[in-house]
Amino acid sequence: MGVILNSAVDVLPIVIFLFAFQRLVIGQPLPNGKRVLVGFVFVVVGLGLFLLGLEQSLFPLGKLMAEQLTDPTFLFASVGKAVSDLVWQDYFWVYLFAGAIGFSTTLAEPALIAVSMKANTVSGGAIGVWGLRVAVAIGVGVGVGLGCYRIIVGLPLHYFIAAGYFIVILQTTVAPKLIVPLAYDSGGVTTSTVTVPLITALGLGLSEAVPGRSALLDGFGLVAFASLFPIISVLAYGQLAVLRHRATAIVAEP
Amino acid sequence: MKESLITLARDALGSLRDLLPIVLVISAFQLFVFREPVTGLGSIAIGALFVVAGLTFFIFGLRLALFPVGESLADALAKKGSVFWLVFFAFLLGFGTTIAEPALIAIAAEAAKVAADAGAIATTDEAKGGYALGLRLTVAVAVGAALVLGVMRILANWSLPLLIIGGYCLVVLLTTIAPKEIIGVAYDSGGVTTSTVTVPLVTALGVGLASALKGRNPMTDGFGLIAFASLTPILFVLTYGIVQQWV
Repeated sequence: MGVILNSAVDVLPIVIFLFAFQRLVIGQPLPNGKRVLVGFVFVVVGLGLFLLGLEQSLFPLGKLMAEQLTDPTFLFASVGKAVSDLVWQDYFWVYLFAGAIGFSTTLAEPALIAVSMKANTVSGGAIGVWGLRVAVAIGVGVGVGLGCYRIIVGLPLHYFIAAGYFIVILQTTVAPKLIVPLAYDSGGVTTSTVTVPLITALGLGLSEAVPGRSALLDGFGLVAFASLFPIISVLAYGQLAVLRHRATAIVAEP
Repeated sequence: MKESLITLARDALGSLRDLLPIVLVISAFQLFVFREPVTGLGSIAIGALFVVAGLTFFIFGLRLALFPVGESLADALAKKGSVFWLVFFAFLLGFGTTIAEPALIAIAAEAAKVAADAGAIATTDEAKGGYALGLRLTVAVAVGAALVLGVMRILANWSLPLLIIGGYCLVVLLTTIAPKEIIGVAYDSGGVTTSTVTVPLVTALGVGLASALKGRNPMTDGFGLIAFASLTPILFVLTYGIVQQWV
């Protein structure tokens, strides 16, 4: 019951202000008032259920995976070393898991499908829908994997992010103009409501399990990796599409 | 009635599809890599069911109520042409949708737990709640500010890459003076803010605005709002951390 009450409070600001704007600025009452009311009941109940389920499933699942992947017995069985002798390469299952989660969740992401279709239209078919989706999914997979590497070795997050920004800036100067806004937006849309809690829990679990790491300093950052790398891969894909287009144009003209 | 049931079923399939890749990858690891029985599988399965049901209801409700109202408002305001109301609307839209964003609620609570465990804040529920709320309010104001900036950009036709690159440089600069504990949360908050609630409404605002203005291409000018909404939370949360250090 408390959960439902809390989510009602969370939804309240947007409700109040949409109603207020409708009345005061547009000067009309809401069309389909009843339908809207029913909708808000669904929103509130849904939000409450989702948050309740999260505490019981995605958060524990992410932490459980982190624990299992870094379990000394499991690591000993896979690389034959004690915990004190482990180097970052020995955690290869972690990178594989992180990469697989990043890749698969991105490939299934509805928002990305929509963005890919728009990109296809904007580019007049030069950017393929599937090609772009795979490119972004690879980007997120590599990003989350690299993010786990950072947690395991304990390097500062901003080194990686600043380097990533630098690459984005370089790419922006040479990428086709049409793809740039799309690429910037794609960073935000690839991390869905289901993926974010899972990879956050994975990062926090890893930082708690790997010796010498702290959840506070090292645990966060995977979401940032997952949002930055799609920008790089979309820009790269745009550049590639242009190059390929040019190549075919040269071949076609004798 | 029948129509709504079909929509509800479709939303349920959508939520299942969100969860499916995670289930597949984790199952593959459990079956082929760990090969051990998992304890507490029942509770996790029930939780997952709640997640799917919750997300389904949430999105169904959004489509029924929030999206049509928000979209028609964005459209009407863009046509009305009053810059003041448009900017005001953009701010409140960003703020309101971010406060209701499920992933942010979850992550803010988790961040509060981590901060409490590490001794950065008190371990009482009150201190954790306050920390989480402070974080969410900061991010919400940041997204509001992002939309204001994005709308002004569309109106004034400013260069998107220039603003974004400037923002990145500011992020790097602020990182050097921000307390270490806030950096991870700050960087993550950029990706968390823009999902279920925010993206559809914000896209509607951008595309509506660009199509209402003469000589703008909704395809290229309408985008970019999300990019700002992923950038400003980083700046604002870093600043929040810096300010908290002094208080």
